[in-house]
Amino acid sequence: MYKKARYLIAGDSALVIEFGNQISPEISARVRGMFLAVEQAKLPALVTMNPTYRSLLVEYDPCKSGYEELLRELQQLESSLGSLSLPEPNILEVPTLYGGEGGPDLGFVCENSGLSEEQVIEIHSAKPYLIYMLGFAPGFPYLGGMDERLETPRLKTPRTKIPGGSVGIAGKQTGLYPNDSPGGWQLIGRTPLKLYDPMREPPILHRTGDYLKFIPIDEAEYRRIEEAVAAESYQYRLYAMERGAGQ
Amino acid sequence: MSRLKVVTPGLLTTAQDVGRPKFQQSGMGVSGVMDRYSQRCANLLVGNAPDEAVLEATLLGPALEFRGESVIAITGGAVQPQLNGQPVAMWQSLRVKQGDILSFTMLQKGCRLYIAFAGGIDVPVVMGSKSTNLKARVGGLDGRALRKDDELSLNAAGVDVSKLPLYRLPQELIPELRSELELRVVLGPQDDAFTRQGLDTFLSGVYTVTQESDRMGYRLEGEAIEHRQGSDIISDGIVMGAVQVPGNGKPIILLADRQTTGGYTKIATVISADLPKLGQARPGDQIRFREISVQEAQSCLNAMERQIATMQQQLIAVESAAPPPPDEPGRRFVVWVDGQSFDVSVQEL
Repeated sequence: MYKKARYLIAGDSALVIEFGNQISPEISARVRGMFLAVEQAKLPALVTMNPTYRSLLVEYDPCKSGYEELLRELQQLESSLGSLSLPEPNILEVPTLYGGEGGPDLGFVCENSGLSEEQVIEIHSAKPYLIYMLGFAPGFPYLGGMDERLETPRLKTPRTKIPGGSVGIAGKQTGLYPNDSPGGWQLIGRTPLKLYDPMREPPILHRTGDYLKFIPIDEAEYRRIEEAVAAESYQYRLYAMERGAGQ
Repeated sequence: MSRLKVVTPGLLTTAQDVGRPKFQQSGMGVSGVMDRYSQRCANLLVGNAPDEAVLEATLLGPALEFRGESVIAITGGAVQPQLNGQPVAMWQSLRVKQGDILSFTMLQKGCRLYIAFAGGIDVPVVMGSKSTNLKARVGGLDGRALRKDDELSLNAAGVDVSKLPLYRLPQELIPELRSELELRVVLGPQDDAFTRQGLDTFLSGVYTVTQESDRMGYRLEGEAIEHRQGSDIISDGIVMGAVQVPGNGKPIILLADRQTTGGYTKIATVISADLPKLGQARPGDQIRFREISVQEAQSCLNAMERQIATMQQQLIAVESAAPPPPDEPGRRFVVWVDGQSFDVSVQEL
């Protein structure tokens, strides 16, 4: 992590605040902190923000605040970050049916790791994963912190269609596809949740800096949740993390 | 409320407004028009709010049949629009009635044309916008480009179109279209990832827009731009007009349908005031980049916004001026050149 953030110019209507040059939970926490601080400050020129692994893109209206003025305001906010009390990140529970039709590569992950199916499921669902960034597709989370024992190379030939809700592993990363998509991840399970629904308010429940926790479920539970999601009666389990639990 | 039917869809015709910038943080692409200047002029001419959705057509426009009255305006690249086979002017409001058919030739210059309709296009607002996002398949008409026999509802706002005055834009406000463009850029955010030589190459070279150019981005051909050490960065956010340089050194300008994040170095960003001009660039056009400061870029944008804010007062009424004075000798013609109309009068001396 840099001692002081770097402020990079991204054209006449945006700045990038860069906090470091690595991927780490500490830098991610800084990005989230700054995101929330800017959001709370309600800067009149603010248009929108995009928090990523190690930086925060701030889009602004230069007809309201010029570059120098905005830079000064952001630097002031940065220096007050330590004294701000920020809400704890959220955990979103993702009920997941491991193996079977939705997880055709679970067997390969076992073979590759030398672990049993039960062990892979237990390790994969043991702790919440930090969302470093959303990108690639609506609601697609880049997750960190997978147990090294589950590391598995990508498929040699990517699939042309991965069904939405698929949970997979690619190298050191785990994640899930909110929508149908092509991709080369090893698929180990599927969730009946809709992580992205353009007609829902909000369309995407999880944000950068929040956590996803996979909860193993059986087939009967999968069907029950699937029906509730379709009927729009499913209660998504999204709650604030216990203080300090993310560290 | 009226409707229109798509007789032929054109090459790529979509409903677009200013997109969904606020959902970038959720991985949702922004979308929106490629040429905001043309969009705003078109909306102004039909009495809409400047950001209302319009149809954006690439290179070849659609043929549309009106099922009811409307007031429309066509702006953007140079093209010859026709109403029932008769030439009509661009950059001007036009009254259309039940059964009228609007059609287009191929664009002669520029890349995209815009059609605004009084009272707007009635497609659902999805995540705060009517813009079509082709990749995520949302917005516009079922998240896709127009097809033959589609029907679109217009003017859900119920504007009384028979009372709308007709205007044209003064000539000096109609952008010139060139196939050699100078784009002003502000360096950054990763200009420090390039050698001095690389920056010089970028700022002195001539780059050609390739066929692999679309609403997502323009791939350019030209001298490779040299990195210091590698072209990859930890993925971060991308703004419209960002000039990304991947490992092969050939720049890609990221536009309306760009991904929200990317892992390549970005050498510079095209200034907002030059984005409309870039949105009209087509394959084969040549681009030079010129560096200006962020302060200068912001002055340019301010000037453009002031110009647009006062445009309403500069519109020229056309309907009252249309019939020629009865005592004028000679004959009057309307001549079209590159989609713009000129009044010509001929008389014997």
